[in-house]
Amino acid sequence: MRKLKVSKRNEERRNFLKLMLAGVAVATGIPRTSAGSEAPPAEKPLPALPDGDSPLLRMQRELQRALKKPIEQRRWVMVIDLRKCIGCSACTVGCIAENHLPPGVVYRPVLEEEIGEYPHVTRRFTPRPCMQCDNPPCVPVCPAKATYKRPDGIVEINYEQCIGCRYCITACPYSARTFDFGENYSDGTPERQPYETSPAPEYGKKWDRKNGGSPVGNVRKCQFCTHRLNAGMLPACVTTCVGVATYFGDANDHESLVAELTAKPNVMRLKEEMGTNPKVYYLL
Amino acid sequence: MKKTLAYLWAAAFLLGLIGVAQRLFYGHQLAAYGSYVVWGLWVAAYIYFIGLSAGAFLLSSLVYVFGVERLEKVGKLALFTALITLFMALLSIWFDIGHMGRFWKVYTSLAWESMMAWMVWLYTAYFILLLVETWFVMRPDLVRWSARGGIEGSVARWLAFGRLDLSPAILEREKKIVRALGTIGIPLAVAFHGGVGALFGVVGARPYWHSALYPILFLVGALASGGALLTAIVAFFWPERGKEHEELVSFLGRITLGLLAFDLLLEWAEVSITLWGSIPSHVAGFKLMLFGSYWWVFWIFHLILGSIVPIILLSLWPRAVNLVGLAAGLIAITFMSVRLNIVIPGLAVPELEGLMHAYTDSRLQFYYFPSLHEWLVLLFVVSLGVALFTMGYRSLPIVRMREE
Repeated sequence: MRKLKVSKRNEERRNFLKLMLAGVAVATGIPRTSAGSEAPPAEKPLPALPDGDSPLLRMQRELQRALKKPIEQRRWVMVIDLRKCIGCSACTVGCIAENHLPPGVVYRPVLEEEIGEYPHVTRRFTPRPCMQCDNPPCVPVCPAKATYKRPDGIVEINYEQCIGCRYCITACPYSARTFDFGENYSDGTPERQPYETSPAPEYGKKWDRKNGGSPVGNVRKCQFCTHRLNAGMLPACVTTCVGVATYFGDANDHESLVAELTAKPNVMRLKEEMGTNPKVYYLL
Repeated sequence: MKKTLAYLWAAAFLLGLIGVAQRLFYGHQLAAYGSYVVWGLWVAAYIYFIGLSAGAFLLSSLVYVFGVERLEKVGKLALFTALITLFMALLSIWFDIGHMGRFWKVYTSLAWESMMAWMVWLYTAYFILLLVETWFVMRPDLVRWSARGGIEGSVARWLAFGRLDLSPAILEREKKIVRALGTIGIPLAVAFHGGVGALFGVVGARPYWHSALYPILFLVGALASGGALLTAIVAFFWPERGKEHEELVSFLGRITLGLLAFDLLLEWAEVSITLWGSIPSHVAGFKLMLFGSYWWVFWIFHLILGSIVPIILLSLWPRAVNLVGLAAGLIAITFMSVRLNIVIPGLAVPELEGLMHAYTDSRLQFYYFPSLHEWLVLLFVVSLGVALFTMGYRSLPIVRMREE
């Protein structure tokens, strides 16, 4: 398991050590490798990308650039352009397919509000992934330390540690966590389908829900598709969005698209008054 | 009558066993709660039972720490009630967690920031203290009972663990031990049940719970419900009748009345301040409780049956044993409605506008009524608790006199 929290002092100490080592390396002519630092655990080599200036390709290039940095220097954020969202729910479905989500478990629903009185109505759509709060209220409440913030800011759940008390669900101001009740879409039909029985890839492991094993009985949430990030791919909701209304990248890279977008004046975050400091931004 | 009760109990226990089998076989699939109303009947039952336990224990401290002689005879009963209701509470919450086999992780993870972890550690300490204190309090009688034949004698012999010395010096020392344990127990009971209140109170995301009054409200509620339960038991099941019994019941009834009145005052403060403040997200839960589809849980069960009727009975007939018992029984049983009204309205309010229609699933609803399965599991907990209590009440020296 990766280190749960990196205290500021540790970080300083590590940076200092790195600086020293870099100095030694330069002095002795040893090439700097990623070994030893918390570099991406990329299992496969990152995919080669075609040329082009589509936002998706740009974001993917930026993603690969970010993966070359040590993990604690990345700051993943998501930007959702509400002016572009048409409420098609492709992101919700893409997420369900990617993470093999069973009934009742949803990581990225699209909130639907109706304004006005029928038939004179307009509708507003707000996709709601996990906000990956910088100050996550779900983390300190956990009695088993099963949920924590990674050095790159993503809030994870350790399925093997989670006792399923669901306290974190009550503590999340965004209802971003759901409980896996162990249900399947094929319940009441003659047989389980392969899309249900094939193990889910979350957190870079294979999770088999058969016989009530984790993540059944656990709390589950969006983790920005960490397994895809590790492979140099954008989260599933970003690539499935038909209108490219969802952006993703490293806010610590000032040349990145998300850094550009979050610096705009028409940006808002949900429930800022809670002090949670979400890393999902909405463009208005 | 006895036979009918025994049959009723057996039926309840068997039905409860079905519920437990379902729980073990199907996990959480047959429960009606979901990911929005994420806690339900079992969590409410947990805080209800644990409140009864804390209340009964704190009343026992009147005897063993503060030396209130008028209550001396109910001291052991209060301790034993606290022990059984604590067991019922822990059983209820154990059925509620997603991975029952992982409960021990709360002890090994040392999550200092989690109110839930603190609560678990504190009630474990409290459980151990209760066991030890109950044993010390009963030991002299266990030793005397060892001479008897039959089950009583053998149980007493076994439970005395070979410590048969009844010399005045030893008894005096043990009295001091009990006093020390009771004294440690007071801050412990206050901390752990205040901690249950804090578990809810610290959740900033739920304005309905997020109140500094919560830990105090939980403690007063515990005292009122625990006191009421004790009063009802003494009124109906005490082995002796007569003047002395009447005095005892009447005294307990007055304590219960005072505690209930204090509890209602705190509830009034909580509800009125929030409603006058009229911030929509803060008011939403109270609106559900007062005027939602389960309005009757508050108005009929809590306010009429659990407050107004008992207050009338306790004020007008403070010496009528059966009426005091009835009033206390009503308070003790209907207090479950208070616990349900803490857990569910806090969760049945959407945290975000548009969430209700965002993604449709039976687990993503803001409507909750416990399923048959949940009631069956609760029935198991209650029938097991009743059985343990009755067995202890009959075969242990809990209420019978030392001179006997």
